[in-house]
Amino acid sequence: MDMKVAAKKLGLKERYAAMTRGLDWETTYQPMDTVYPYDKFEGIKIHDWDKWEDPFRLTMDAYWKYQAEKERKLYAILDAFNQNNGHLGVTDARYINALKLFLTAVTPLEYMAHRGFAHVGRQLRGAGARVACQMQALDELRHAQTQIHSLSNYNKHYNGFHDWRHMHDRIWYLSVPKSFFDDAVTAGPFEYMVAIGFSFEYVLTNLLFVPFISGAAYNGDMGAMAFGFSAQSDEARHMTLGLEMIKFMLEQDPANLPIVQGWIDKWTWRGVRMLTIVGMMMDYMLPKRVMSWKEAWEIYFEESGGALFKDLARYGITIPKCVAQATIEKEHITHQAWTTFYQYGAAAAFNTWIPEKEELDWLSEKYPNTFDKYYRPRLEYLGEQAKQGKRFYSTTLPMLCQCCQIPMFFTEPDDPTKICYRESDHNGEKYHFCSDHCKEIFDHEPEKYVQAWMPVHQIYQGNCFKPDVDPTAEGFDPLAAVLDWYNIQFGRDNLDFEGSEDQKNFDTWRQTAKSNG
Amino acid sequence: MSNVFIAFQTNEETRSIIEAIADDNPNAIINEQPAMVKIDAPDSLTIKRASIEEKMGRDFDLQELHVHLITLSGHIDETDDEFNLSWLN
Repeated sequence: MDMKVAAKKLGLKERYAAMTRGLDWETTYQPMDTVYPYDKFEGIKIHDWDKWEDPFRLTMDAYWKYQAEKERKLYAILDAFNQNNGHLGVTDARYINALKLFLTAVTPLEYMAHRGFAHVGRQLRGAGARVACQMQALDELRHAQTQIHSLSNYNKHYNGFHDWRHMHDRIWYLSVPKSFFDDAVTAGPFEYMVAIGFSFEYVLTNLLFVPFISGAAYNGDMGAMAFGFSAQSDEARHMTLGLEMIKFMLEQDPANLPIVQGWIDKWTWRGVRMLTIVGMMMDYMLPKRVMSWKEAWEIYFEESGGALFKDLARYGITIPKCVAQATIEKEHITHQAWTTFYQYGAAAAFNTWIPEKEELDWLSEKYPNTFDKYYRPRLEYLGEQAKQGKRFYSTTLPMLCQCCQIPMFFTEPDDPTKICYRESDHNGEKYHFCSDHCKEIFDHEPEKYVQAWMPVHQIYQGNCFKPDVDPTAEGFDPLAAVLDWYNIQFGRDNLDFEGSEDQKNFDTWRQTAKSNG
Repeated sequence: MSNVFIAFQTNEETRSIIEAIADDNPNAIINEQPAMVKIDAPDSLTIKRASIEEKMGRDFDLQELHVHLITLSGHIDETDDEFNLSWLN
């Protein structure tokens, strides 16, 4: 009688080794340096790629299996949400403006992350690192697609969702996230891994996806909750890849330490600056709030990031020095950013507003050291002006920081009443910065940052109008011409929430949903 | 001493996972937030396949955690039977 003996299954570690490194080979027709031309010029020394450990040990077959399961869950929720007009169940139509900002600012970065990891996944010569990067490249593409898909339902009902990709390449505040990622993907593969894999994914991404998406759920948006947490389930793997890359570089050669430390310092600050927008979304754009930006910063940066840097101290890594300034600024930046967006609300692709009284009270409670003293009086003044029919819109263009590209609204670390200005001279030209840290980044690589596409400069140079526009014509309105080039529809996509089409439609539809009238 | 943490989406599957973690890690602090549960633990945290299977009443592959995971911090060491998070310093 034949007995079928089941072959003994390999353990997780052996299975992973066989399915990744076991499939790799040393090239012989071409030297390895020709096949992998980009992984040496940055000065990072790697002696033995076999020392790379991928902690999750996910093989490609298991990857497809679990990703498919995530997609099934996600689309089941999306279908249910859309079939039941779930958008009418969100707390308040103001919330939807946070999604407009998300779609125009964040989703295109997911796609850029896909491109970045696809590139790095080709260029690193270690198979373990390459496989992990290829999985991440696929994850990032999935994130871009699921976000576009989820948010497309809002485009059927609300303004400002209609041309996010076009806007991402043009609108002044969207150059902040765009230039951040352009900076990362134009670096070498190791710097990219520190920029995105470590500094962004490990140190900062929790601040974007965890409290903000938990906040979306709290505000009744099952669609955003579903894509956010589905994306974040990949993020845990990404964070681990970023941390593994740091450990690997530091263990391979002591000469790597100063290079890695420099990148961590640079990219922590680049990320912190960009997250100003996320902080503003949490403090001002979620009608029901889970936690303040300051609280999120304390949990996910100070506590969790602190533990991480303490752990990495054994390699000689120190906490980036910009953290001291970021710690002071956690009580200021969201208020400074929202006040700026409110004033530039005619040139934004979403609606802005002054928070209601109970929201101002919440901010006073969450920011006891700063809000009542510096920011509440300004917001109340602007609100009072609006009530008198004098809603303020700034019609001049702000100076931008040459590095982070954010308008110069940040204040001196030791004086919140004084705008912080720094400058550097390079080849006879003057460049402006919002902080010592942005200036330092520029001074280290001026040839890179002098090439930045600065939205305000470009407007003044006449590069932000449609081709048939004649700026010398009588009665020429430059703001209208720029908005037309952005594809922002004046009076629908921009201006105050009060009196907006979204506000009226939402109220009407919600009434219809609640009664037969 | 630093905390490690792990966070899951709130759903039927993770109810058993979180119960198992709470049983196996008496120092863990379970923190329920909208749509998610965050678990903090001093220095290290262990997730055991056998404990989850006991709670769920079915076979469980630890890599199924990927489906429900939101975020984590700490170094990972994973085998077929255990998933460990820890800080070395």
